[in-house]
Amino acid sequence: MRDSVLRGRVWVLARSSGRLIEDIDTDQIFHNAHLHITEILQMGAHALGNLEGWKDFPQKAKPGDILIAGRNFGAGSSRQQAVDCFIALGVAAIIAPSYSAIYFRNAVNTGFPVLRAEGLDEAVAEGRLRSGDEIEIDLAGSRALNLTRNESLKIAPMSGVQREILEAGNLFKLKRS
Amino acid sequence: MARTVIEKIIQSHSPEEAVPGRIVWMDLDVRSARDFGGPNVVKNYEREYGSESVADPAKTVFTFDLCAPACTLKYADNQQICRDFARARGLRVYDVDQGIGSHVLMEQGLARAGGTAVGTDSHMNILGAIGCFGQGMGDVDITYAFRTGRTWFEVPESVKVVVKGAPSPRATAKDLTLYLCKVLGTSKIALRSAEFYGPAVASLDLAGRITLCSMVTEMAGIIGFVPEDPRNQAGTLSIAADPGAVYAETIEVDIDGLEPQLAVPPSPNTVRPVSEVRGIKIDSGFIGSCTNGRAEDMAAAAAVLRGRKIKPGVMLKIVPATRWVYDEMLQTGLLKMLFESGAIVLNPGCGGCAEGHAGLTGKGEVEVSTGNRNFPGKQGKGPVYLASPETVVASCLAGEIVSAGEV
Repeated sequence: MRDSVLRGRVWVLARSSGRLIEDIDTDQIFHNAHLHITEILQMGAHALGNLEGWKDFPQKAKPGDILIAGRNFGAGSSRQQAVDCFIALGVAAIIAPSYSAIYFRNAVNTGFPVLRAEGLDEAVAEGRLRSGDEIEIDLAGSRALNLTRNESLKIAPMSGVQREILEAGNLFKLKRS
Repeated sequence: MARTVIEKIIQSHSPEEAVPGRIVWMDLDVRSARDFGGPNVVKNYEREYGSESVADPAKTVFTFDLCAPACTLKYADNQQICRDFARARGLRVYDVDQGIGSHVLMEQGLARAGGTAVGTDSHMNILGAIGCFGQGMGDVDITYAFRTGRTWFEVPESVKVVVKGAPSPRATAKDLTLYLCKVLGTSKIALRSAEFYGPAVASLDLAGRITLCSMVTEMAGIIGFVPEDPRNQAGTLSIAADPGAVYAETIEVDIDGLEPQLAVPPSPNTVRPVSEVRGIKIDSGFIGSCTNGRAEDMAAAAAVLRGRKIKPGVMLKIVPATRWVYDEMLQTGLLKMLFESGAIVLNPGCGGCAEGHAGLTGKGEVEVSTGNRNFPGKQGKGPVYLASPETVVASCLAGEIVSAGEV
């Protein structure tokens, strides 16, 4: 089982206006020009490669970083690469108000923490959560704390299946356990 | 207990009580993978399950539609990886000649009303058009489905979308669909199952239902159904919701007098009447995709052409959804009519809508397309407008965006 407490630096996927970018689709996360790639390690270089303002994300990201995104993150295609590209870079988790259904499943099934939080838009708009902040997520307790600004974030509890798969490692291991 | 359409279908495939919000394990009648996602499924499968057999070879298929026939070495390799896996395990491959997988599943009768089907195509929920619970999934999910024949799923809430009024005779199924993309956006039916009611949707033929249900993905919905089927065009009556079924919400959408619509960049949800956008010069048009690649769509295009030629300098790309559609075009003379207009008619598949196949746009190239997505950069660097086959052809005749009534 993975650590139930994650600590890392956040990247807030916001526009220059300071608002979270909504509806980021899988072609912006991992463009279909690279769909032929099946090696996870090769996918990292294309993460957010078609999202204006974030094309240098693979160079900036460090293992353990945490992404903060706007609602309906991962809209569009069923491509697993849109999750795997973040795993390749060592991104530890994503927090967003909501995800597309397929994206959410893909992440859950690979044991990648995708978390839902309320009040993210406000926290970002009011400057209570900014790129570079250090946050700590307690997966079991459904809480996150912005260590840089001493602000807390409420994380929606994971479903039973999401927790079981995360604890098993991935969907395949769940079957064997 | 009275159930909605999605609750009925899931309930008939699960031993657990199918109530909204609950995660249940359900049986899958069809498990499929494309040439995109498929090679990853094979790789996952061999790593996790070695030589163990799939749950049911008769229910497990590959459909190649993304890059067909392969135009890159990587896709050629990936398709062969899937073929080799399929041959070794006795699975059927609907190969590069067959066309769009979700449509092939409908035509071949693998996907049926009341059934369940999954595949590595985010538009698998298009199967809602025939009353089948189709769902696009990633390669991990599909690998697991190949091996076990089942998956976990959170029973979605159902929402009733009542479409009121009569559109103008100039509005098509695509115009209605685009208008719903605008009104419902990406939040009103998000993560829910939508049931569309009202005379304007009940009267849609199967091709029109396919158009509507395909774009439920762009409305962020799980799936859409059109349970009313007075002329038995799609066989969906058998999956009608129980009287007294509970809906999370009822949304009324007034489409009275609806005129042709167009999605302008950057998203399928930024929709305006064609009349407000008319006059924009175009470089190319595209008719096809899982949304508008049926023979009816081709016939609608030919009817607007009336034997005329598209404007010199404008490129019109046409991609039938399937080999069956292509054959229909051949038999009925549609192929000749379209060819003689100056159009390029390609082989069946996902061309024109996804990179990896013919029909991309260059930087600055303005395209009017019958596809379902115009996200920035999806089909190339040019701006893409989404419209009906009628509007696409009219615009190709005029060399600028116009509706069919203007040419």
